[in-house]
Amino acid sequence: MSLAKTSNLAAPKPGFSWHRFKTKVIPYLFLAPFLLGFVVFMIYPLVYAFNLSLYRNKMVGGLSFVGLENYVKAFQDADFWDGVGNVLIFGAMQIPIMLGLALLFALLLDGKLIRHQTIFRLGYFLPFAIPSVVAALIWGYIYGQSFGPIAQIAKALNLDPPLFLTASGIIPSIANIATWQYTGYNMLIIFAALKGIPDELYEAARVDGASDLQIALRIRIPIVMPAILLTLIFSIIGTLQLFNEPNILRFVAPTAINSHFTPNLYVYNLAFSNRQFDYSAAIAFTLAIVTAVLSSLVLLAAYRREK
Amino acid sequence: MTKTNKFTSGRFVAYVFMAVFLGYFLLPLLWLVIGSTKTNAGLFSSFGFWFDKDFNLWQNIQDVFSFGDGVFFLWMRNTAVYAVVASIGSSLISALAGYAFAQYRFAGRDLIFGVVLASVFVPTTVFAVPLYLLMSKTDLSGSLWAVILPSLISPFGVYLMRIYAEQAIPQDLIDAARIDGAGELRIFATIALRLIAPGYVTVLLFAFVGAWNNYFLPLLVLSKSELYTVTVGLAYWNSVVGPQATSIPLYPLIVTGSVIGTLPMMLVFLFLQRFWQNGLALGSIKG
Repeated sequence: MSLAKTSNLAAPKPGFSWHRFKTKVIPYLFLAPFLLGFVVFMIYPLVYAFNLSLYRNKMVGGLSFVGLENYVKAFQDADFWDGVGNVLIFGAMQIPIMLGLALLFALLLDGKLIRHQTIFRLGYFLPFAIPSVVAALIWGYIYGQSFGPIAQIAKALNLDPPLFLTASGIIPSIANIATWQYTGYNMLIIFAALKGIPDELYEAARVDGASDLQIALRIRIPIVMPAILLTLIFSIIGTLQLFNEPNILRFVAPTAINSHFTPNLYVYNLAFSNRQFDYSAAIAFTLAIVTAVLSSLVLLAAYRREK
Repeated sequence: MTKTNKFTSGRFVAYVFMAVFLGYFLLPLLWLVIGSTKTNAGLFSSFGFWFDKDFNLWQNIQDVFSFGDGVFFLWMRNTAVYAVVASIGSSLISALAGYAFAQYRFAGRDLIFGVVLASVFVPTTVFAVPLYLLMSKTDLSGSLWAVILPSLISPFGVYLMRIYAEQAIPQDLIDAARIDGAGELRIFATIALRLIAPGYVTVLLFAFVGAWNNYFLPLLVLSKSELYTVTVGLAYWNSVVGPQATSIPLYPLIVTGSVIGTLPMMLVFLFLQRFWQNGLALGSIKG
């Protein structure tokens, strides 16, 4: 009798249980601050912007619902695709150089060839701590004809100073700024992944007579491929959103950088110079679609190769 | 072992290669620092990588802080307030959320986490322009809160904290604490937070640098120049730098202001470097 009584006490009571309620609610309480902010500052603006993109402010009749008309316009907008083309050229040039260098640096620093690692690691990573605005200002001056050191050296040698800030030079010039800023960051991500490879793996390969190059190509690079893929995806997303550097450089290169030089510059100028918030929202969403398509294509290609 | 310590031509090539790139990454910063010691005329007339005969650094610093009724000081203060509040707030919120995802099973967990992760891929512009419109309808637009509040939400921070919490917190320890009768919040505050501290510091650092260096969001939502952050302020000076646009030439101010505005980041960066490494290893685990 008494035994049944005690077990009865320990067993959860039928119906409402304060304990069960508590364990169900607690995870949501931990999540609450984040979720609240996520809904207010991300989901709601997203919904608001999408709704906005379905309207157009017309000369006659004011704001009116136009459905997907802004999107049809966006898909036919040469200015928008011009900007997309610019960032794609930029990315095709900059991302392979940056990630190739980052991988090479990481492999060299992880090997036994280079000592004084810390100096290189810190020095290469330091530009990441510089605000991109300041990075663009510094390089803008370095590229410039008025007091740029490159032009100074060229003049001293009686050479024509290279033209960095012209229509043909501007994309490589911005690519160089991005490479300068982010190579060290990507290097560290790959370096951290390399550090996770156990030494026994190399030793086994060495015993089998593999050279350093073979070990790099056959063992180290394949193992850090997920990390490289991560840096690639983040680089693609960052590239499509290129804004800070061109928005600073347009003051030193007004002929090379127009109001729709990159999609984000276009969105910004549509909203704040033209006050076309509805159309600018439609362009922003179209950019999001382009981003989603591109990153999933890359992920799909990577997944296929793995198989 | 002896082979790797020997001086080889391969090692020499590798060192030269690495040294050339060390120059590439550091010389622009050297140019900036040297530039901050020059007068406007000196910037134009002297070689960029060496000092001019006049050492004008102190005068430049004075000019930076006195120009436009000392607005640069406000920009520095705003940036510091923004970076401190946003980084502490967002890392704490991310730690709470990451811990919840790692520690509990609850209805909707995978769905919510999936949505949060997907938002990392959405371009910031899509949020930023409507945020400006929504902020301008409230009182927030006249204060730093307009840029602080949205920065408190960091989906990538939540992702990192979840991974870290999954690795660093042994389930047995939590179970033992529960049997001892500790409440869930107490378990988090006294046990979990201590175990995830290294990951937490990394997320905090990234948030701090991210806020300090942020340009797009402050540019959009901060309307008055006395609310600007350093990046927005320097960009503003850069936009009006043309000849005779201002009472004194702005080039030395932009160069010196860039040094002053970047210095806190450099210090944070150099002194706390081991935490960076830590966190970057974290991000690539489940890449």
